[in-house]
Amino acid sequence: MAHTVNRLSRFNMTALALGLAFLYLPIVILVIFSFNASRLVNVWGGWSLRWYIEFFNDRAMLEAAWMSLRVAAVSATFATLLGTLAAIGLARGERFAGRALFSGMLYSPLVMPEVISGLSLLLLFVALNAERGFWTVTIAHTTLTMCFVTVVVQSRLASLDRSLEEAAMDLGCNPVKAFLMVTLPLIIPAIVAGWMLAFTLSLDDVVIASFTTGPGSATLPIRIYSEVRLGVKPEINAICTLVIALIAMLIVAASFASKLSSSQGESAAPL
Amino acid sequence: MSTRRIFARPARYAAIAPYLWMALFFLVPFGFVLKISLSQTAIAQPPYTPVFDLSEGWEAFKGAFEQLSLENYRLLISDNLYILSYLRSLVVAITSTLILLVIGYPIAYGMARLPQRWQGIAMILVIVPFWTSFLIRIYAWINILQHDGLLNRILLALHLVSKPVVWLSTDTAMYIGIVYSYLPFMILPLYATLAKMDRALLEAAEDLGASPRKAFWLVTFPLSLPGVGAGVLLCFIPIVGEFVIPDLLAGSNSLMIGQTLWLEFFTNKDWPVASAVAIALLLLLVPPLVLYDRLQRRQVEGRR
Repeated sequence: MAHTVNRLSRFNMTALALGLAFLYLPIVILVIFSFNASRLVNVWGGWSLRWYIEFFNDRAMLEAAWMSLRVAAVSATFATLLGTLAAIGLARGERFAGRALFSGMLYSPLVMPEVISGLSLLLLFVALNAERGFWTVTIAHTTLTMCFVTVVVQSRLASLDRSLEEAAMDLGCNPVKAFLMVTLPLIIPAIVAGWMLAFTLSLDDVVIASFTTGPGSATLPIRIYSEVRLGVKPEINAICTLVIALIAMLIVAASFASKLSSSQGESAAPL
Repeated sequence: MSTRRIFARPARYAAIAPYLWMALFFLVPFGFVLKISLSQTAIAQPPYTPVFDLSEGWEAFKGAFEQLSLENYRLLISDNLYILSYLRSLVVAITSTLILLVIGYPIAYGMARLPQRWQGIAMILVIVPFWTSFLIRIYAWINILQHDGLLNRILLALHLVSKPVVWLSTDTAMYIGIVYSYLPFMILPLYATLAKMDRALLEAAEDLGASPRKAFWLVTFPLSLPGVGAGVLLCFIPIVGEFVIPDLLAGSNSLMIGQTLWLEFFTNKDWPVASAVAIALLLLLVPPLVLYDRLQRRQVEGRR
């Protein structure tokens, strides 16, 4: 090849390797030190599971973890439902009144600072006189995460070959049936990815949950956050490792599922 | 064409439920923030006056209207604390977005130059940290940066420093945390435009005598500007209102606007001032939000 401009130079390679190392090293270190026997967080005292045992004996932490898992599962399910419907409206609805407002409402929460979303939702709940706790956090998380689901599903829908739907309708399907039988199976991987993204985002959120939760129903991130402010504790490393393991398992399961359904295509990035 | 139109109607019906949901839980709440930013704090439940209550009759309702004032906004302008935290947020957001661009661009460029089958793997590798908890990633850095943490141990062992460096509670730590958390948001849009680019253009530039460096600045970089714009907005907007990272990693002597809002709300229990801060922050973010909305719409819908 005479052309050198398009080759991967040593500089490119180094940038890539350093970048990935920067992204992964801190997490690897955190996981390794969760198995540390020593109480001192940075002194290696041999392998041990004692911080995991500590976590499973920590009642308050376990309750928070349970609360977070429930909020994440319920809000991700609502978010997937609403987000998929919104994506269908945007990708297939052509022009309709209020379309710009609709897409604006769906895209801006993706970047909106969480302190603003959290505060505004709390003020709404107070005005509605809603009791703060599980359901207020769940509604808040649904609102935020359904926007991510919309983007993921919408980009899949936009890249889909529409002549398939049209063929189904030419063959006598009504639009709903054509959608359910042709389009839906093709976008299932994106919907699954959307659910998982919603689940992880909910499991991760401190700020919005802090605003919208009530006394006595702290989520796991709220608890972790208040512990972290007091300093590093090996037990937190163990909890973080468990959360990472849970999410890793979900990712593996989802990629397995999307391989099974033959319709992989160029599935959309979760952004 | 007509089948498309038939399809469009049920698709629009599908949008009704999410439309109403977002209107109620995203749009309407801003009305409450605005209203409470015009109220005064009170020792009551809820902690502000006036409270609009139609059940107390029309006159009381009208009276409540007259109690609204711009007092909180006057406070925002007159007190240095707010102006300084506003400015700090802007400075931090601009600085970290620039750092992100400088670090993210070579990585995205490297990814786009990988052989095709490696590109998918590299992309997954960049996305995965985004899926692991953001709080956990910040916590991981506290581990590394603390007084007897890994970084100081390495520096001491290499005799680069003679005594441990204070990393935590400094701006350096905060910038590391921000860059670390937002890097995937910068890389992915950059990679998307760089990977789509027609390589023949670069080869043509080389054939016409451009050096690789010149070809980059004259061809590659201008063509990647849409990706640069998306990445910059995707990082800048949320960083302006960032709370968790500065709270955990930066010192407490100068606050970002998100921290000020949090402080007013949770520590001072002054909901009206917190709301005024939120409105002021929102006003600042409207222009980049509009730009971002336009880019996003073009990106998601223009793919067909």
